[in-house]
Amino acid sequence: MSWGPIDLCGVPLAGPILNGSGTFDAIAARRAFGDALLERFPFDCFVSKTITVEPRQGNPPPRLWEAPGGLINSIGLPNKGLEEFLAADLPQHAELPVPLCVSVMGFDRDELALLVSALAERDEVALVELNVSCPNVETGLIMGADPGETAAAVERVRGLLDRPLIVKLTPNATDPAAVASAAEAAGADGVSLVNTLKGMARDPRSGRPWLGGRTGGLSGPAVRAIALEQVAAVSGTVAIPVIGMGGIASGKHAADFLAMGATAVGVGTESFRDPAAGRRIGAELAALGPGAAAAAADLPA
Amino acid sequence: MTGGEPRTLAPPERRRTEVTANERIGAYSLISARDAHGPAEPGPGQFYMLASAGGWGGGEDERPYLPRAFSYARARAGPEGVELSFLLEDVGPGTHRLAELRPGDGLQLLGPLGLGFTPPADGRRAVLCGGGIGAAPLLCWQAELSGDDTEVLLGFRSAAHAEGASLFAGAPTVVTDDGSVGRQALVTEPLHATLEGDRDAAVYACGPPAMLEGVRALCAELEVPAQLAMESGMACGFGACFGCVVPTREGFVRLCVDGPVLDAARLETALTPGAGH
Repeated sequence: MSWGPIDLCGVPLAGPILNGSGTFDAIAARRAFGDALLERFPFDCFVSKTITVEPRQGNPPPRLWEAPGGLINSIGLPNKGLEEFLAADLPQHAELPVPLCVSVMGFDRDELALLVSALAERDEVALVELNVSCPNVETGLIMGADPGETAAAVERVRGLLDRPLIVKLTPNATDPAAVASAAEAAGADGVSLVNTLKGMARDPRSGRPWLGGRTGGLSGPAVRAIALEQVAAVSGTVAIPVIGMGGIASGKHAADFLAMGATAVGVGTESFRDPAAGRRIGAELAALGPGAAAAAADLPA
Repeated sequence: MTGGEPRTLAPPERRRTEVTANERIGAYSLISARDAHGPAEPGPGQFYMLASAGGWGGGEDERPYLPRAFSYARARAGPEGVELSFLLEDVGPGTHRLAELRPGDGLQLLGPLGLGFTPPADGRRAVLCGGGIGAAPLLCWQAELSGDDTEVLLGFRSAAHAEGASLFAGAPTVVTDDGSVGRQALVTEPLHATLEGDRDAAVYACGPPAMLEGVRALCAELEVPAQLAMESGMACGFGACFGCVVPTREGFVRLCVDGPVLDAARLETALTPGAGH
């Protein structure tokens, strides 16, 4: 359907286009679009919204702010919790025409272990992604901002899963490549980046922070140049596959990330503007041909 | 419509349509576009995500970036597809760009989305209550109900806004904030009078949060069922971003997939944070 089949950590995909976790709800989209969504599914692999052990309502509204060339969101990982996800959502995700990657987040390593072990028992799950962009309640450190915290998290769950384990890196780290290296050494099969960049907006009327969660994460074209640099830095450091994302809105952008060493790319905020964005980007990438990425790799650094 | 749910399914992609008209209706613009590839029968209360095909971005603060959600005001099926009309007021970078569109320009559109109005139960009489731009979804709902006894009550800021009432069939009751057209009153005032005289009504309301809260409280007090077409900042319109949640008695719900029309009984309040940004 797009660039051509790829191998992502041993999972065969029809093309290199994924969605960023939390940017597409396939169940809600099917309510809006019906089975036409499955016939024209926009991604080659579907990444679920992040699930946690307990259900979460998410942050109080307002949750969105339109920024120049992007969006600041403060959603707060609303989800049904592990039990309800396994019972209600996983069977529906299994009806999608592409492999499934389930994103999980734990507030400590025991929670991560519980989540990963539960998913390991389900055949519908092809890959698991660890969202480490939250604070560890035991140490107060953002797991993904610290190489040691990230390594400890991966080591704790690595033996619990016989399928590929991806670590979703945060750009809000001093050295994302060092975190990626730590994840690789601890047994991660791949890394994905970038998550959103921390940001905020001021309510012009009250003068106070606009978002209900006070701060949020910036995404969209506004972050693309930062994301591309981080993907290049991480790809140059680790040997495991890198899933690159951050403001990708065209086949050309996707080719840029692939040229900088990404194995696959994620589409996020652009899907908000058009649910078929992933399909369009894949088609544009295919039209550019594999040479587009290869040629770019030869440019001087 | 499909099944019992007041939801017409949307094609799973944004599509380019051609603007056929941009009529000035007082303070508002009524933008019409021919949708050759969408469903011919959207349900009143459903909405579309709109963006101009060209020049979307680069306005104030480099906005707009995201598409904007609009309930459709009118849908007219024709041989070359359905002609959809959207009522809007130039109040921000998105509506400003849309208000500039001329016949022949491209309009990107996704929809119809969300859950619309459901007909009155138990033989109740429909009372449509709109505030300002909130008149838009009531226009197509009035056309679909087509009952002689449907009553329309509209509140506007000024005489220029009150020209929106001319789009309705019959003779809607109009009140204004400044008394320039009709009585100087909030629309909840004639609604109160109507419901006092007829509790066997079913209220359909759309308007700013403070007005919807007035309608909700009044209908709760008088035990009259009400459906509220609500608004919230939205990035996607199809449940992806989780940005448009409003608090209900059962927790947060996404207005785009579980609304925008909500049964008023589900709400503690219609004063939703952040609406109108």
